[in-house]
Amino acid sequence: MTKVTFIEHSGKEHTLDVADGLTLMEAATKAMIPGIDADCGGACACATCMVFVPAEWEGKLAEKDPMEDTMLDFCEHSAENSRLACQIKVSPALEGIRVTMPESQH
Amino acid sequence: MSVGEETGIVIIGAGQAASQAVVSLRMEGYEGRITLIGDEAEPPYQRPPLSKKFLAGEIGFDRVELKPAEFYEGANCRLLLSTRATAIDAKAKTVSTGDGQLIPYTKLLIATGSRVREINVPGFDLEGVHYLRSVGDVHEIQSHFKAGAKMVVVGGGYIGLEVAAVAKKNGLSVTVLETADRVLARVVDPIVSKFYERVHGEAGVDILTGVTVTGFEGKDGKVTGVDAGDGRIVPCDFVVVGIGILPNTELALNAGLKVENGIVVDEMTRTSDSDIFAAGDCTNHPNGTFDRRLRLESVQNAIEQGKTAAAAMMGKDKPYNQVPWFWSDQYDLKLQIAGLSQGYTQAVTRGRPDTDNNFAVFYLKDGVLIAVDAVNRPPEFMMSKLLIAQHAKLDPARLADETINMKEVAKA
Repeated sequence: MTKVTFIEHSGKEHTLDVADGLTLMEAATKAMIPGIDADCGGACACATCMVFVPAEWEGKLAEKDPMEDTMLDFCEHSAENSRLACQIKVSPALEGIRVTMPESQH
Repeated sequence: MSVGEETGIVIIGAGQAASQAVVSLRMEGYEGRITLIGDEAEPPYQRPPLSKKFLAGEIGFDRVELKPAEFYEGANCRLLLSTRATAIDAKAKTVSTGDGQLIPYTKLLIATGSRVREINVPGFDLEGVHYLRSVGDVHEIQSHFKAGAKMVVVGGGYIGLEVAAVAKKNGLSVTVLETADRVLARVVDPIVSKFYERVHGEAGVDILTGVTVTGFEGKDGKVTGVDAGDGRIVPCDFVVVGIGILPNTELALNAGLKVENGIVVDEMTRTSDSDIFAAGDCTNHPNGTFDRRLRLESVQNAIEQGKTAAAAMMGKDKPYNQVPWFWSDQYDLKLQIAGLSQGYTQAVTRGRPDTDNNFAVFYLKDGVLIAVDAVNRPPEFMMSKLLIAQHAKLDPARLADETINMKEVAKA
């Protein structure tokens, strides 16, 4: 289990113990965290599970593949540190990670 | 427990729309009881992976289910699984079930989805003739997945082609039989059909078009071949039939609701009865972008109508009006589709579908973008979704010009 925190756009925080191997998106949707839509269920097809990852965690995540990168490039609220939560696998290396969510996913 | 405490919102169906409605009802602040009635044994799960990663064995049921079973308990949501709703009494506001229960409702959501269209030819009931709609179907198909086994797919639509791709990767011998003169004929331009025929051909799949299956041959009750209607018998160990789906509208119809190619709802998912709502594959709903009524078979449709229905049951208006989108995974190709191409007057290709594994086809109607098929091309998909909603009139030459970034393509 790895502790991760999701922060809504409003600032409301949700800390979860997540089974390693799940994606951040799966952890959020199974726990009913508002702000992660994940319409496609993790197929990297819809870009509705965007989160912002603080710079200090960037090195601990697998690099974005070109698919994820270009999807993010066309998301309305995307920024330099945006990621798709469905592409981030939870592992002990992410213990304590805090990600924030955009105003909306559409 | 008194009868009063039992009453609450009832949802018939336990798929994606139903599950979304449970989540959204709680987010909208509904605190009463929710009862979900589903005829399958499993709690709500996602169907799209069934013909993709789940069939391939790359993910298990824990990655397909929408919420763990405990969630529903925690959410005061009673799951009546393996239970079939048999009738709605709109006057008495009750739902009857196959096991003799009579469940009262305050508001009712019909999220009955759709079922496979069955093939009605001799031999249809032979062992080894399968459809793909449920987790159980996938397990049956997987039991035949042994290298060298011969599979025939009836129907060259998305389900058939996705199954063909997974089976091929598992070393099976695969033949696809399609009635039309090309695969995906109902939904894409011939450019896209030709591309998928090439890719499947290169992977070793035999695609036979213009073939109408007239029967199945069998031995000892098991299917051994498919009669192609022209004298040819295609030998096989098993068959997967994917020839479309039909909306489950019988309950609604028998309850006196308006049904016309789906349960007729408005943009708030309201049916012709003020206490009954409907969401997902089973609905016929208005779409503002396309200015006509649609019946859609997609996850997006189920999720968004589930949200809208939850809000509507709480007396809030959150109209459902989006550009439809879909996707299909085959081999290492991700096809992303936005909009609906029916009625297009021009197809514009960006990229080289004859040789490459990435390209996009834009569908224009009198110059206005109405749909895109984007293969391994997220920019084309993402940008088109926005442009379709805007009814953007686009210059075909700019769309086809790869030197122009998709973000600039709409500029004159």
